[in-house]
Amino acid sequence: MTNIPETGRTPRVQIRLVVIQILVLSLLGTLGGRLWYLQIREGAAYAKEASGNHVQQVVEPAVRGSILDARGVPLADNETRLVVSASRTDLLKQPDDGKAVLTKLAGVLGMDPTEVMQKVRLCDAKTPQPCWNGSPYQPIPITDEATAKQALQIRERAEDFPGITAEPEAVRRYPAPGKSNTAQVLGYLSPVTDDEITKAQDTDSPYLRSDQVGRSGLERQYDKELRGKAGVTRYEVDNLGRVIGQAEATPAQPGSNLVTSIDSRVQRVAEYELNNAMKVARQQFDKITGTNYKADSGAVVVMEAKTGRIVAMASAPTYDPNVWVGGISAKDYRKLTGKNSDYPLLNRAIQGQAAPGSTFKVVSTAAAVEAGYVWDGGYPCTSSYSVGGQVFNNFEGENFGPISLGRALEVSCDTVFYALADREWKKDGGINPKKGEPKDYFYKAAHQFGLGKETGVDLPNEVTGRVPDRQWKESYWKANKASWCKYGKKNGTYVEKIAYENCLEGNKMREGDSINYSIGQGDTLVTPIQEAVIYGALANGGTMYQPSIGKAIVSADGRTVTEIKPKKSGKLPISKATLAGMDDALAGVVTRGTAAWKFGGWPQDKIELHAKTGTAEVYGKQTTSWLATYSKDYTVIMTIAQAGTGSGASGEAVRHIYNALYGVSADGTIDKKNALLPTPQKGLPTVRADGTITSPKVAKDPAKDQRASQEKAPEPDASQPAGTTQQNTTNQNTRRRRRRRRDGCGGAAGRRSVGRRSLA
Amino acid sequence: MTGVNSFSVSGYGPARAGWTRVLARDSLARRLDWPILLSAVALSLIGSVLVFSATRNRTEINQGDQYYFLIRHLMNTGIGIALMIGTIWLGHRTLRNAVPVLYGLSLLGILLVLTPLGSTVNGAHSWIVFGGGFSLQPSEFVKITIILGMSMLLAARVDAGDKLYPDHRTVVQALGLASVPMLIVMLMPDLGSVMVMVMIVLGVLLASGASNRWVFGLLGAGAAGAVAVWQLHILDEYQIARFAAFANPSLDPAGVGYNTNQARIAIGSGGLTGAGLFHGSQTTGQFVPEQQTDFVFTVAGEELGFVGAGLIIVLLGVILWRACRIARETTELYGTIVAAGIVAWFAFQSFENIGMTLGIMPVTGLPLPFVSYGGSSMFAVWVAMGLLQSIRVQRPMSA
Repeated sequence: MTNIPETGRTPRVQIRLVVIQILVLSLLGTLGGRLWYLQIREGAAYAKEASGNHVQQVVEPAVRGSILDARGVPLADNETRLVVSASRTDLLKQPDDGKAVLTKLAGVLGMDPTEVMQKVRLCDAKTPQPCWNGSPYQPIPITDEATAKQALQIRERAEDFPGITAEPEAVRRYPAPGKSNTAQVLGYLSPVTDDEITKAQDTDSPYLRSDQVGRSGLERQYDKELRGKAGVTRYEVDNLGRVIGQAEATPAQPGSNLVTSIDSRVQRVAEYELNNAMKVARQQFDKITGTNYKADSGAVVVMEAKTGRIVAMASAPTYDPNVWVGGISAKDYRKLTGKNSDYPLLNRAIQGQAAPGSTFKVVSTAAAVEAGYVWDGGYPCTSSYSVGGQVFNNFEGENFGPISLGRALEVSCDTVFYALADREWKKDGGINPKKGEPKDYFYKAAHQFGLGKETGVDLPNEVTGRVPDRQWKESYWKANKASWCKYGKKNGTYVEKIAYENCLEGNKMREGDSINYSIGQGDTLVTPIQEAVIYGALANGGTMYQPSIGKAIVSADGRTVTEIKPKKSGKLPISKATLAGMDDALAGVVTRGTAAWKFGGWPQDKIELHAKTGTAEVYGKQTTSWLATYSKDYTVIMTIAQAGTGSGASGEAVRHIYNALYGVSADGTIDKKNALLPTPQKGLPTVRADGTITSPKVAKDPAKDQRASQEKAPEPDASQPAGTTQQNTTNQNTRRRRRRRRDGCGGAAGRRSVGRRSLA
Repeated sequence: MTGVNSFSVSGYGPARAGWTRVLARDSLARRLDWPILLSAVALSLIGSVLVFSATRNRTEINQGDQYYFLIRHLMNTGIGIALMIGTIWLGHRTLRNAVPVLYGLSLLGILLVLTPLGSTVNGAHSWIVFGGGFSLQPSEFVKITIILGMSMLLAARVDAGDKLYPDHRTVVQALGLASVPMLIVMLMPDLGSVMVMVMIVLGVLLASGASNRWVFGLLGAGAAGAVAVWQLHILDEYQIARFAAFANPSLDPAGVGYNTNQARIAIGSGGLTGAGLFHGSQTTGQFVPEQQTDFVFTVAGEELGFVGAGLIIVLLGVILWRACRIARETTELYGTIVAAGIVAWFAFQSFENIGMTLGIMPVTGLPLPFVSYGGSSMFAVWVAMGLLQSIRVQRPMSA
């Protein structure tokens, strides 16, 4: 600055120039500092963001595999539907959060605007169904039943419907072949939740935002196999989504198909017969309660005795699984789960539990033999058994004199088992046994028969049932002592007295407990599937199988077929001789015992049936009926709650199922052509070269056809109504018979009244 | 000095011939400020590479020719250098006399923009588009006119030795001269240019030695105006959101916030040495809008990293440092004020442009001097370069 001549320049200007220079340099310094901060300090984070920016994933969802029956008939498959979805993100950009758009959309779709808005709201703790429990960034399906016209209306006026799309999509379908419903076995799907996505993120089968996940039944059990793997193509893209780099693609792997052991025709017959039996039961008068039977729920299991494979499994009441497809409506959801619903989502074959009643006597018989009682000893079958002032009656006071164990099983003599159980209880030390002293043969046998734990059937959420042994009593008492002691009164009502007693000695094995237990009453609980395992083992010589529905997993291309082999779960704790004796006794139940009145005319010499009836008492309710049966190939278990006796409620229904399996007519003649499954299905359906699986056509309603064919003599073809002719199906033969029902109408089958009640 | 041809530089030492003459201590070549010139050339060349990187894939604007913008940027630089030479040849003192003509032309230019001849590019209605892809942004030249005009008025009586400082009347005149084109530019609206002009006015007033009352008065008035605009809700909420989006991109995620965010990602991902020229994914993928013009700095940030982007700041620093020196070393107030005005212009425009890509300044449509693609801007900054050189060349030699 020394070289500046004095030309009117003043210090003020010089100072200000320096100020400007300092300002300018500090501005540049600021830029440099900020640049350092972004690039050096935060650089790694931005680099990551940049790489996420320019890679786009295009996800091609995998087609979910089908669930097929044993012959290849689809029980669950996919169909293409026009799905109308709404994007929440786009809707929320509207000034009114999309209300106007949704209302307009509801108008086009002919839906209620409130319902449409409920469908797009997000689920949380306070929001009831319907609501969206998937990702908020994913298009939310409003309906999958849009017509082509509605879809066009939406697409052509895209500017009127911001955020709304109408696209064809593959959606689940439950086609119900031959009217078989199979709802609880198949289960259902619903959209994946954020939690599940996070959890499955690092596993080998991560979820996509748009995935549907199996929530129950086979859909859930085999979800991983059915789901397949979505294809992901990664593109390097520019800001407009144009591809600028190499694409890296993993193609979608369609889900595998699941071949089950279910036979849709038998399934239909089982469902039809169960439903019918319940209807009939509701017309029967119950002497004890003075009203008709309620028959409010029931289940039936048809299982291959030698493999444990389930041929049919039905639970009533039931529902249409298609209500889940495309999001369930509020009304439907209430109907399925509300307080006033009859809980049709429950699969009562594996989730329904009740006292087994006399069907439990096979366990008691085995326990008695194990405890050392000889098979042919003369055990007095008196009309009642008294223990210290308490009288335990035989069913309807019957008296058969001294009989063998086999005969006791056959006539279901309660007092024989009372006495045996009572003797064992006393041997075990009575009410205050020494530690380690009780042998508990009767309880041990129950566990050995697989009670009190899951059978391991390939369906989720199976319940265990309960064996009321000493251990259970102790824990149950501990859990309930407080309330029992509070509520119990020594001289109160029946319930109060029971509570009082329980409070005092509920943890102890009382004499009455053991006596009741021996005939399957009291606190014992079993599931139909557990009974199926036990009676199946009796049929096959003593091997208990883990019941299974999945038979094979066939990859979508048909190249890999993974068979699911039957698994043994144990042996019945009985000798060959005992087994043979029980087999005879249970055959006797059919020919002259408690089930004989329902199996008159059955060709026992050709197809030997075995059965055990059961009637379980339930406090405050009508009795639960049980009918456990087996032939050499199958075991059929049916139970109906609040329906009276086993034979009375289910005898005809079970016989009809056997009729259908073996082609037996009402008069006992066997016509192989009518048999749906005279021997269990051995092989798998044929897989074609393209991976599709052959399947025969299924008649419109095999159950009605069966009913018709069983009760009618063959007739000429001319009488067959043209409209119902079926081709290429084994049901064809059954269809050729003319209907000749006593009451002239298939739908009214079973309006016959049951003339008398039987022994339980 | 009117009419004196600067190139002959007569009166400064004896006439010589050949290299001796060129290298002589008082020759034109020796008197030019080489650091500032080389920095400007370097910035222009770096700019051409960055512009090329940003546009070689943008088929929708480069007419299918990946070199389209590269060639034009180099051409603009060449024309700019020619304009600089012309400016040096004419001399800043000659241009002082031409101020009325320049002022009239500038006003005419920006008024034309307001007529149907003007067109809007990227939200700023500040262009006159001629045929053949040639367009002009008159507001760039208004900046020069304002600097020259105000300097002329403010320095006249001081350089004549009548006064030590410009008096109030002169200041009012100068402000009046500046405010007319500024109002017109504000009407376009081209707020970015107006902001630069405000800074130029402040710089010019500071350097002129005008009373502190004027400087602080203007600063205070500006602050009061900003508060008034904010408090009286003159702007809509969305306008404020857009303005504030530079600091918080989520305020306007689809608009300005998007630009800011993508720009920050581009620069941040560069790290120390960058992704390498032509290898930036943000640049190749065209995630940053206006990357060859207003957001050209992001290309440097991503592909050349801290080293390359820092170099640009350093080169700008060299230019501004030398310009400040030129302002300080010249003998007459006129040259001082012109140089200071150019410093204020370059400094603010660079700070605003780079600052907005770094997310510390609001987003406005201002080019980065020498680096950004754009003819009008390029020409204007090279003319300014010529003015600086002219001031430098015509300063008295120290004894």
